[in-house]
Amino acid sequence: MFQFNQHALKRQGVTVLQSLNLNIQQGEKVALLGASGAGKSTLLEALRLQKPDQVAWCPQQGALVPMLSVFHNIYMGALEHHSALYNLINLIRPLRREFEAVTQLATELGISEKLRTSVDHLSGGQAQRTALGRALFSQRPVLLADEPVSSVDEHHAQSLLMLALARHDTAVVALHDRQLALNCCDRIIGLKDGQIVIDGASNQLSKHDLDILYRRP
Amino acid sequence: MNTTASGFRRTTLWLGLAGLLAFFIADISITTRDPGMELERISSGFISPDFFATEQIGSALGYTLSFAIQGVVLGFTCGFLLALLWRWRIVRAFSATIRAVHELFWGLLFLQVFGLSALTGLLAIAIPYSGIFAKVFGEFLEEADRAPALALTPRSDAFSVFLYARLPLVWQHMKTYGAYRLECAVRASAILGFIGLPTIGFHLETAFRQGDYSSGAALLYLFLGIILSIRWWFRPSLLPLWIAAALLWAPPRANYTEGALNRFFTEDIIPAPMRQHDWQWHQLTDWLSMLGQEQILPGLGNTLILGTAAMLLTGIIALVLFPLISSQFGNRFSRAGGHGLLVIFRTLPEFLLAFVFVLLLGPSMLPGILALALHTGAIVAHLSGRFTDSLTLRSDASGGLNRYAFEVLPRIYPNFLAFLLYRWEIIMRETAILGILGITTLGFYIDSAFSELRIDRAVVLIAAGVALNLLVDRISRSLRSHLRLRNALADQS
Repeated sequence: MFQFNQHALKRQGVTVLQSLNLNIQQGEKVALLGASGAGKSTLLEALRLQKPDQVAWCPQQGALVPMLSVFHNIYMGALEHHSALYNLINLIRPLRREFEAVTQLATELGISEKLRTSVDHLSGGQAQRTALGRALFSQRPVLLADEPVSSVDEHHAQSLLMLALARHDTAVVALHDRQLALNCCDRIIGLKDGQIVIDGASNQLSKHDLDILYRRP
Repeated sequence: MNTTASGFRRTTLWLGLAGLLAFFIADISITTRDPGMELERISSGFISPDFFATEQIGSALGYTLSFAIQGVVLGFTCGFLLALLWRWRIVRAFSATIRAVHELFWGLLFLQVFGLSALTGLLAIAIPYSGIFAKVFGEFLEEADRAPALALTPRSDAFSVFLYARLPLVWQHMKTYGAYRLECAVRASAILGFIGLPTIGFHLETAFRQGDYSSGAALLYLFLGIILSIRWWFRPSLLPLWIAAALLWAPPRANYTEGALNRFFTEDIIPAPMRQHDWQWHQLTDWLSMLGQEQILPGLGNTLILGTAAMLLTGIIALVLFPLISSQFGNRFSRAGGHGLLVIFRTLPEFLLAFVFVLLLGPSMLPGILALALHTGAIVAHLSGRFTDSLTLRSDASGGLNRYAFEVLPRIYPNFLAFLLYRWEIIMRETAILGILGITTLGFYIDSAFSELRIDRAVVLIAAGVALNLLVDRISRSLRSHLRLRNALADQS
C-alpha cells in the first residue's frame, strides 16, 4: 500500500528522516511512536501524498474551522462528494439528510449534543472527537491520524481509537501513549534520530521495549 | 445554531438590510443621455493619452507635491505635539473635530481668507492631518510599553525620560505611518484642484469637462505613476531636500487682502440675522430651522443613504475580489493580475472616480455609490486578502468554492467586518464631499453656500457634517467592540 525505498523526508528544507525504508500493507493498523520532533507528522504527510485520494486525514494543525459548528466541521469531510452549490446551501442552512447522517456519527463519538455549537466553544477533547468525526465522515479506506485522542481522557481514548480503527481498512496513527498503541494497533513503528529504530508486531513488544524511543542520549 | 459564525451572519444580515434599504431609497437613476457613447470616448482617451496637451503639467505636479509635503510635515509636527497631551479629553475632542472636516472643506474655508494661495493648500492638508496624526500617535504612545520609563531613576527630568524611554519605542511606527500619510496627502492635494488650487486635479477637471479625454487620461496616468513610485523617490534621508524644494516651489504665502481675516470672523461667519443691528432671538431660530429643514436634514439624510448603500456594495466587492490576491487561491499569475487591479482602485481617490462616473451617469447617487464602493472595496479586499496569507490550512483542505466558503471565509470574517466597519467612517467623510460634484449630499449644500458667499450657512452645515462623523465613529466603534473586533483591527497595521 505504502512504500519507501531509501527515501529522505524533509520538512521546510531540513532533513527529518534519512534513508527511510518502509512498507505498509493493506489491512495493517500501525502505531507511530517517537519523541516530539522525531518526524511522526512528517512521515504521515509523506504517506498522505502517496495516496491523497484514499486517505481520511486527521492532522494536528489547522484541523478544524473554529467559527463553524461541529456539524459543519464533520460534514467538511464529505465536501468532495457533493457539488459546490449543494455544499453552500448546506453551509447556510443544514440539510436534513446530512444532519441526520452526521448526528448518527456524532452519537457514536459522544458529541451529539454539541452539533450546533461552534468548535471555539469546545474543550480540547471534544474538538479532537470532531476532527476524528470529519475523518470518519469522509468514508475513505485509509486513516492517517496525528495524535487523534491526546486530549481525551484515558478511558475514552481507547474506545474512541478502536472505533476509528474499526472503520478503516488500513490505518497509521501517531501516538504518544505507549500502552494505547500496544492495545489498539497490530504493528508499532518507533522513530528516533531520523531513523526507524523499532518496527514489529505489537504482541511481541512490551512497554519497556518502547522506552528507548524517549531516552536521551 | 449557537456558533460564532452565526453571530457573524446575524451582524451581516442587519448591515445588509440597512444597505438594501438605503439602495431602495437612494436615487440611482442614470440621467445622461448616452452613457455608452461617453464611455467609449473616455476609453479611447485612455488608450491614446496625450502627455503634451496640458501646458502646465510640470507646475501642476510641483504644486501637488509641494502642498502634500508641506502639509504632512506640518501636520506630523502639530499632531505629535497634540499626542503628547493625549490624556486630556479636550485635546482628543479637538483632534476628532478637526479631522472630521474633510480637506476640501478646509480648503473652501481658507479660500475665503487667504484666497487661491499656497497657504490655503498647505493648511487644508495640515489641519485635518494634525488631527489624524494626533490620534494615531496618541494611541501609539498609549500602547507602548511603560516599563523602560518606569525603570529610570525617579529624578530624571520628564523631557529626558520621554526622549530616552518613550519616543524610541514608537519612533519607527511614527515614521512608517508618516510615509503612508504622505501618499494620502498627494491624493488630497490633487483633489484640492477641484476647488481651484493649481494642482493636478484642476487640470484633470478642466480636461474631462471639456471632453479632452486624451489629456485627462495622461494626467491620470501621471498621477498614478507618482503615487505608485512614492517609495522610490521619497526616502526619509531625502526629506530635508524635499521640504526645501517644496518651500521654494510654493512658499506658503497668502493671497491676502487687507482685513479679510477680520471680516471673516466678525462678519462672514456670523449668522445672517445676527448681523442686523437690532436682531432678535426668534430670527436666529427661524434661520436655523430654515437651514435645518431645507439643507441640513436632506443633506445629512442623503449622505447617510449614500454612505450606507456604498458600504453594502463595498462589502460585496471586497468579498468577491479578495481571493484574487490571496495565496489560498489561484496561482502566481492570477495573483499578480489581482494585485494590479486592486492597486489601481486603491490608488485612485474615490472623489476622482466619482467625478468620472458623474460625467458618465449624471449626478444621481449611483456614481457616488460606485466610486466609493470600488475604491473602498479594493482596500478592504487588499487587507482581507493579505490576512488570508497568514492562515495555515490543513494539507487536505478542499479547493475552489468549498475552500472559500468553508475554510477561508469563516476564518477571516471578523477581520473583514472590522476592516469594513472601520472604513465606514471614512466612507461617510468622503460621501459628504461628493456634493461638490453635484450629488445632493451635505457637501452639495456646503459648496452652494460657499459659492453664494453665505459663509455663515457653510459653517453651520460643516458643523452638522462633523456631528454626523462623530456619530458614525461612535456607532462603528461600539459595533466593533460588541463583535469583539478590537484585536482583529490590530492586524491591519
